[in-house]
Amino acid sequence: MSDKQNTIIDVNELQTSFFVDGKEVKAVDGVTFDVPSGKTLGIVGESGSGKSITSLSIMRLINNPGKIKGGEINFNGENLLDKSEAQMRKIRGNQISMIFQEPMTSLNPVFTVADQIGEAVMIHQKLSKKKAREKSLEMLKLVGIPSPEKRLDNYPHELSGGMRQRVMIAIALACRPELLIADEPTTALDVTIQAQILRLIRNLQEELGMSVILITHDLGVVAETCDYVAVMYAGKIVEYADVNTLFRDPKHPYTVGLLKSLPRHDIDMEGDLSTIKGMVPTPDNMPKGCRFAPRCPFARDMCRENLPHLEDEGDGNQVRCWIHTDQWDGPEVNVKDDYESAASKQS
Amino acid sequence: MTTNLLQVNNLKQYFPIKGGFFGRRVNDVKAVDDISFAVKEGETLSIVGESGCGKSTTGRAILRLDEPTSGEVSFNGVDLLSLNGREMRKQRKDLQIIFQDPYASINPRQTVRKVLDEAMEIQNVVPRKDRADRMMELMETVGLGRHQLDRFPHEFSGGQRQRIGIARALAVDPKLIVCDESVSALDVSIQAQVLNLLKKLQKDFNLTYLFISHDLGVVRHISDRVMVMYLGKIVEIGDKKSVFDNPKHPYTKTLLSAIPVPDPTAERDQIVLRGDVPSPIDPPTGCRFHTRCPFATDKCKEEVPELRQDADLMKDGHNAACHYIEEIESGEMKPKYK
Repeated sequence: MSDKQNTIIDVNELQTSFFVDGKEVKAVDGVTFDVPSGKTLGIVGESGSGKSITSLSIMRLINNPGKIKGGEINFNGENLLDKSEAQMRKIRGNQISMIFQEPMTSLNPVFTVADQIGEAVMIHQKLSKKKAREKSLEMLKLVGIPSPEKRLDNYPHELSGGMRQRVMIAIALACRPELLIADEPTTALDVTIQAQILRLIRNLQEELGMSVILITHDLGVVAETCDYVAVMYAGKIVEYADVNTLFRDPKHPYTVGLLKSLPRHDIDMEGDLSTIKGMVPTPDNMPKGCRFAPRCPFARDMCRENLPHLEDEGDGNQVRCWIHTDQWDGPEVNVKDDYESAASKQS
Repeated sequence: MTTNLLQVNNLKQYFPIKGGFFGRRVNDVKAVDDISFAVKEGETLSIVGESGCGKSTTGRAILRLDEPTSGEVSFNGVDLLSLNGREMRKQRKDLQIIFQDPYASINPRQTVRKVLDEAMEIQNVVPRKDRADRMMELMETVGLGRHQLDRFPHEFSGGQRQRIGIARALAVDPKLIVCDESVSALDVSIQAQVLNLLKKLQKDFNLTYLFISHDLGVVRHISDRVMVMYLGKIVEIGDKKSVFDNPKHPYTKTLLSAIPVPDPTAERDQIVLRGDVPSPIDPPTGCRFHTRCPFATDKCKEEVPELRQDADLMKDGHNAACHYIEEIESGEMKPKYK
């Protein structure tokens, strides 16, 4: 993985579970990754893969019946899991900020834009009300809202979806955080607005030198904005790589399947789309070995029996798959090239 | 020679806004404003556009789920808008719809058997004694197991539920299926399964699809022809290849360029539009896109462009509604921003 001195956050064996009806549901099960300073890490995965729970765990926003069971989250060398709630409150919105998918539900409908941006700087930077208003105006300009003076006294319902998301970003960035966690920030937006918001996040990142964790299900968004990518499946990271390697030379069968099942607007594809058989396992019915084995076209008995480790490929990239280990007892496989023919033979 | 299964002429769908003391009609939301197009038998025509462009409203108006304000919808030679309720219900045997949200569009208190039985009962397409066999057959057609017939919707995953929605539409042996964002709620790997199924069914049963979607990747994969809408108007229509590889309307171009490509090395000439989609209550005069268009001139503010084609630039059936197709193409007009 990347140079340890230059990572902003380092997540180690994070485990977050939910306890429902006396049963434990492991939503995040031993997740390890880090984010190099000033870079963007994308966490991709389908619904239920645990990507959002990972981000909420970093913010320590897991409430009952959920619980962070173990692991470490080292932010600037300090473990966030050791912090008290009061200490966390100083970090949230100040050093680490978060923006969510649905800007309507994450803004408070009864406060104006100026109130909501100002709140963050008044609490964390102890600014006066007047100074906070000036700061709010500066932030609205920064995120590119037209006629910001007028918008200061607007309520969220008076803004469009794209503008609300800009306000969310303004709030998140008001204290110049070192790390921004964006959880599906453009999923609810139309593509032309999505392009605006992604461009904005990218520009601001350069300007302010922040690090970003971008959580998304959209591989296009990842390719466009991220430097590194972690692919999650059923609570575990199955592949971690720099963005060019991941798209050029994906190693895990799940990553390959995901890329191949994506219809593209810029390329004609003949015949059927390649698919991933079956569906994501439910948490109460987790496979014993590799979590992807029941859907994997290459799976053998060893995959069904034993869970592979996330292993370093030597170039800083990691993959959790038996095929890429010495223990692999099957015929030689090139996951990317052989996927389609193997998948078509799957019953 | 394929014939037009569906012909839509000058369709308008206005939704009144009530207000004032007596709840008078103060204005209209012009969701669909005078559009005409045709769908050939056995083809897939996709309607694409951003939220509020009127794509779903168009689909609903054709099925008369909302009564259109004016226009003509001719299906198989029958003018649907002149039919009374009973006649229309008969026509619905041939016109089915698959909705976006498989969680909301199936009655949670009915088993799959009841859902399918009800569809066949209402249309009376299959004699009662044959229905059980037909249901088994349908389940297999959409890739579900026969043993799942007596389960309730909550026992299925999202992808499986969408298959139930498809089975229900197929139960009455329709000719045209309106797919309203039918795969949008599904994860990519499941979406691919359902798309393949829809394609296979089209071949097997000679179905015609009106496919409504905001996802241009999906649209390119499933369509024969594509129609792009913006604020209640058609801005461009043509066969899939022309529209995707050779778009002529500035809106289509920006829409296509805005989609992130899953390839970090792709060189892209991205146009990022300014501003938001204006309100359909008081849409801009002239060309509705002029407020955001990088090429807009005074003429665009005043004159509504008609759908037209330039014989030198566009192939048969490829039309775009822009005053300056030639000038933009030749490079004579330059974008004012990028």
